[in-house]
Amino acid sequence: MFAAPAVAVFAVFMFWPLIKVVWISFQKTSGFGIARWIGAQNYQDIMADPIFWTALANTALYTLLSVPLCLFAGLAAALLLNKKMPARGLIRAIFYMPAVISGVSSALIAAWMFNEDLGIVNRILGLLGLDGVAWQSEGLPAMLSLVAVSLWIGLGFNMVVYLAALQGIPRQVYEAARCDGASWWQTLRSITIPSLAPTTFFLVVIGIINSFQVFDIVYVMTGGGPGNSTTMLVTYAYSTGFEQRQQGYASAIGVLLYLIVLVLTVVQWRIGRRRDTA
Amino acid sequence: MTAANIHERRAVRLRLAFAAAGAVAVLFPIYWMIVTALSTPAELRGSRFSLWPAAANWENFIGPWSKFPYPTWILNSAVIAVSAVALTVVINLMAGYAFAKLRFPGRDVLFLLVLSTLMVPVQVVMVPQFHLVVDFGLLGSNWGVVLPRLAEAFGLFMARQFMMAVPDELLEAAQVDGSGQWRTFFKVVLPLCKPLIAVLVIFTFMWRWNEFAWPLIVLKDPESYTLQVGLLFLKNQYGQDYGALMAMSLVSMIPMLIVFALFQRHFVEGMARSGIK
Repeated sequence: MFAAPAVAVFAVFMFWPLIKVVWISFQKTSGFGIARWIGAQNYQDIMADPIFWTALANTALYTLLSVPLCLFAGLAAALLLNKKMPARGLIRAIFYMPAVISGVSSALIAAWMFNEDLGIVNRILGLLGLDGVAWQSEGLPAMLSLVAVSLWIGLGFNMVVYLAALQGIPRQVYEAARCDGASWWQTLRSITIPSLAPTTFFLVVIGIINSFQVFDIVYVMTGGGPGNSTTMLVTYAYSTGFEQRQQGYASAIGVLLYLIVLVLTVVQWRIGRRRDTA
Repeated sequence: MTAANIHERRAVRLRLAFAAAGAVAVLFPIYWMIVTALSTPAELRGSRFSLWPAAANWENFIGPWSKFPYPTWILNSAVIAVSAVALTVVINLMAGYAFAKLRFPGRDVLFLLVLSTLMVPVQVVMVPQFHLVVDFGLLGSNWGVVLPRLAEAFGLFMARQFMMAVPDELLEAAQVDGSGQWRTFFKVVLPLCKPLIAVLVIFTFMWRWNEFAWPLIVLKDPESYTLQVGLLFLKNQYGQDYGALMAMSLVSMIPMLIVFALFQRHFVEGMARSGIK
């Protein structure tokens, strides 16, 4: 009886849609009016759709850049702020703060800072005598500006999780290493990083899943442009479903996205288990 | 003072310098946002730029506030966030208790099913969820935004993990004293759950206040927008005039920044706990 409200909500708004999305993916429908059953046509169309493959490649590129960067920066910040220093709590809070700011606001700030003509990034480059970067009119710079925003947002979370894990490493291990005359670098490589492996693994899993869902900052900052050079799987699904109103097609992309995330999760879970038993 | 002591103090200073530099870099976008919000369009377009505003210009805050239904957007966001928090917390506390402490058929299977939706992106189920909202006649309404997002596994998962730690003996003692399930829940379990409730309230409020993709789908009439959808609307209205955009964006962040300042410890602990499990 205590579980009833949760079960009801999940049944109606999650489990049923998960079944129905597969059903809709075999239809041609605008969302209103009559839907037509077209079999696997949507999936065949997707396989031949260059924008879908671009979106998949972009999502993979974004993930490959963003996840390691957030991980590395988060670890560096955690190592630094794990040591005693004045105003440590305040500095930690500052590093975490962007995580509570909405994706829309973050994207608006970044869109302004990376504005090609008036943005501060290009103005500072100009002061240094460098040419401005085409953050809005070229694909790769646009992608890099998105990755920069993802670092700003994700740094704090990675740092906090690493900090919690660092506090779990027994002090005696470090003292023993110091007695043996191990350098800072040796300690980091042979004690700290191996001890943090489960945490790193967790953060990689979360990071990849989050990166595959990146929507707000892309939609507001670049809108997938220039061209389709920052179109992601989820922004493409949104635009086909709710701008072009091909909801069967969008559902088929959704099903594929779900399968991709599922495969990634299973692979990661397998790796994690193999490592635990090894 | 020993040599080791001097060495240690120098190391602390060096680390502090690095950390402060990082903090300044993280804060700079916010600072720049404030400077921009206080600048005139001419200043922003000028060939010279300054790292601080010449004079505080409040026009960016006043103009859009009166030209667009900004106060209505604040109200919509607040109504959605508060009702979502209330419903989510109640549902998750009850379910967390049931999945952690009660026995009923299919409990573990159900929990696994719920857990497996943790990593389902909104965009996977957005089309059928949209159809549900249309069928229920909730398109364009606050309820259309709130209801589908109640099916979120994170809070339920956290509640269950937390309640697993409540000792069984405590519950059994209450039962022996003749207290029913509901009484036990309210008198014994809930008082122990204050830290859990704090984390659930804070995170749900943040997610619903900051949410963008789903309200964008459900809300069509500008009067019904939330702040986040409204900001996108303003972006399309103002184009390159970032002064007004930064000002309105800043105002929309204030509630979250206050919540963060007050409950910073809960944020960090909640995140860390979800990380360690």
